[in-house]
Amino acid sequence: MAAPLIAFRNVSRVYGSGEAEVRALADVSFQIAAGEFVAIMGPSGSGKSTAMNIIGCLDRPTFGEYLFKGIAVQGLGQDARALLRRHALGFVFQGFNLLPRQSALENVELPLIYKGMPGPERRARAREALRKVGLEGREGHDPSQLSGGQQQRVAIARALAGQPTVILADEPTGNLDSARGQEIMQLLQALNRQEGITIVMVTHEDDIARHAKRLMVFTDGRLTRDTAVGERV
Amino acid sequence: MLWDALRLAFVAIIRNKLRSFLTVLGVVIGVAAVIAMVTVGEGSSAQVQASVERLGTNVLVVRPGRVRMGPPLGEPAPRFDLKDAAALAELPIVAHVAPQSNGSYPVVEGNANTSTQVSGTTAEYLIVQNWPLGMGRNFERSEEISGASVCILGQTVRATLFGAGDPIGATVRVRGLSCEVIGVLTARGAGSFGQDQDDLVLIPIKTMQRRLKGDNEVGSISVALLKSVESATGIRTVQALMRDRRQIEIGEGDNFSVTDMRDFNTLLSGVNSVMAGLLSAVAAVSLLVGGIGIMNIMLVSVTERTREIGIRLAVGASEGQVLAQFLIEAVVLSVLGGVIGIALGLALAWGGSIFLAIPFAPSALVVAMAFGFSALVGVVFGYFPARRAARMDPIEALRHQ
Ligand SMILES: Nc1ncnc2c1ncn2[C@@H]1O[C@H](COP(=O)(O)OP(=O)(O)OP(=O)(O)O)[C@@H](O)[C@H]1O
Ligand SMILES: [Mg+2]
Repeated sequence: MAAPLIAFRNVSRVYGSGEAEVRALADVSFQIAAGEFVAIMGPSGSGKSTAMNIIGCLDRPTFGEYLFKGIAVQGLGQDARALLRRHALGFVFQGFNLLPRQSALENVELPLIYKGMPGPERRARAREALRKVGLEGREGHDPSQLSGGQQQRVAIARALAGQPTVILADEPTGNLDSARGQEIMQLLQALNRQEGITIVMVTHEDDIARHAKRLMVFTDGRLTRDTAVGERV
Repeated sequence: MLWDALRLAFVAIIRNKLRSFLTVLGVVIGVAAVIAMVTVGEGSSAQVQASVERLGTNVLVVRPGRVRMGPPLGEPAPRFDLKDAAALAELPIVAHVAPQSNGSYPVVEGNANTSTQVSGTTAEYLIVQNWPLGMGRNFERSEEISGASVCILGQTVRATLFGAGDPIGATVRVRGLSCEVIGVLTARGAGSFGQDQDDLVLIPIKTMQRRLKGDNEVGSISVALLKSVESATGIRTVQALMRDRRQIEIGEGDNFSVTDMRDFNTLLSGVNSVMAGLLSAVAAVSLLVGGIGIMNIMLVSVTERTREIGIRLAVGASEGQVLAQFLIEAVVLSVLGGVIGIALGLALAWGGSIFLAIPFAPSALVVAMAFGFSALVGVVFGYFPARRAARMDPIEALRHQ
C-alpha cells in the first residue's frame, strides 16, 4: 500500500516556553490521501493555520512527526524542504503575502521563476492563472492598487500557477463576497476533480466547506472531528 | 539561474527606488569625499615637492636685519649695497650671486595696466632661480652697468598687458619709466604659499636704484653655492664674510640673516604633509559616515526584506537563490555608487586643484581604496542580514516585525 500523501503522527506545536507556553497543536494525528479535498474548520486560535504551515513545510512540529509521501520532513535539510515547496506545494496565505511594488503578474510568476521556467512560458502561465481567478486586465497592477478580494485572488493564482501536487489554502475566500467565493470554490473543485490536485482548505463558512469531500474540525489545538462531508448535517 | 538572480535583483532595485537611491548615495558620498580630499592633499604636496626640486643647487638668501619675532630692537640694521654682492661673488664656494631690490609699481602699456612686483636684479637671477626664459633674451652686462631701461616680464604681466600679442621690443611704462621689453619668463605657477610667481617684472638693479627708488640699497642677495659645497659650510662662510664687512665684534649678534631656501622648503613640505594627513583623516571620517549611511539603509530595510525573503522562501526559493539575488543587488548598488563617487570625487579634486592652482594628482590607490571600502560595506550589510533571514523557517521570516 502506498504511503498517504500527508500524515501527521502525534504532532504538537508549542510556542514560547514556561509561563508563556502556548500549545497551538496538541498531539494531532491524521492522514490525507492524494486527490482528497479537505476542509478544516474550527474557532479562531484553534490551530488551523499552524497545521497548514506545517503541512506546507513553512514550519516544523515541536514534537511528533510529519510525513510527506512517507518521508519525514524534519529529517530533510533546508534545501530539500525548499524543493518540496517549489515543486509539490502551493500555499494561499491567510494574509496573502504578496510582494509589494511588484505587479500581479510578477507575483504570480514568482514561483515559476524558482522552478526555472523560461520567461515566455512563465508569463503565459501566470496570465492563464490570473484569468482563471477572474483578474484579466489587472496583470500590471501592484498589490496596493488592488482590493482585498483581488489580492486574495492574486494569491490563489500564484498557488495554482505552479501546478502543485497539493494546494494549501488558508481561508481563500475570507475576503470575497459569496458569489466570488462560489466561483473560487468551483475553480478549486475543478482542479481537484480534473487534475487530481489535493486540496486542503481552511474556512469559517459552511457554504464553502460544503464543496469539500472531507471535513476536519480543530478545537484548542486538537483534531476533534474528522468526517466525510456527506455524513454531517 | 544566474540570469534569473540578476533579473530578480534588477527588478528589486528598480521597484525600490528610494532604498536604492539612498544606498547609492551613501557610497557616492564616501567615495567622492575621500578621493577629492586625498587628491587635493597630494596635489599640494606635489607642488611643494616641485618647488623644492626647482632649486637645483644650494641657494642661500642673505637679508639685512635679524630673523626674529617681536618688535625691532634698537636701531634698524644697515642695508646691503652692490659691493656686498660683489664681495659674496668673490668667495670661492659661490657659483652665482643675484642681488635684489624690490618694489611694487603700476606697469602700463597702452590702455592696459596692472600693479605688480618689480624686481631690480641681474642676469644671474634667472640662473640662481633656475628659471628659463620663454622668449627674448636676458639682461646684458652693459645694460646692468649702465642701468638701461629694459625689462623682462612674467607670464601673468605679459598676459595682462599684451594678451596674445608679441611683447618683445614693445615699450611698457613702469611708474612712468619707459622700458623696452627684451624677454618673457616661462610660466612657473603658484608658489609654496599659493602666490602667483608669474606676476612680476624684472629690470636691471641699477635701473631700479637710480630711476625708481633713488637709493643704492640692495634688499636681499641670493647666493647659489657650488654643487660640491655643503650648505652648512656655505652658511658659515657667508656669515663670516658679512660679519667682517659689517664690522661686527666677536660676541655681538649678527645684524643680518642667512637662510637656506631648501631648509625653508623642507619645512613647508613638512607642514604640507601634516595638512595632507589632516585631509586624509577628514576623508576617512567621511568614508566612515558614508559607510554608516549605507549600513543604516541596509539595516532599516531588513524588516521589509525579511518578509520579502519569507515570501520568496514560501513559494519555493532556496537559501542560495535568495542570497544570490541579494548579493547581486548589493554589488550592483555599491558598484554604481562607487563609479559615480569616483567620477564626482575626481571632478571635485580637479575643480579644487584649479581653484588652488596646484597640480591635479589623482592616485589609483586612493580611488581603489575608497571604492573597495564602500563596496565592502554595501555588500557586507546587504548580504549578512539577508543571509540570516534566508536561514529562518519561512513562517518565521514572514512573521518578522
Ligand atoms: N508565532 C506565534 N507565537 C506564539 N503564539 C502563536 C504564534 N502563532 C500562533 N500562535 C498561537 O497559536 C494558536 C493557534 O494559532 P493559529 O494561527 O493556528 O490559529 P487559527 O486556528 O488559524 O486561527 P484563525 O481562525 O484566527 O486564523 C493561537 O492561540 C495563537 O495565539
Ligand atoms: Mg488562521
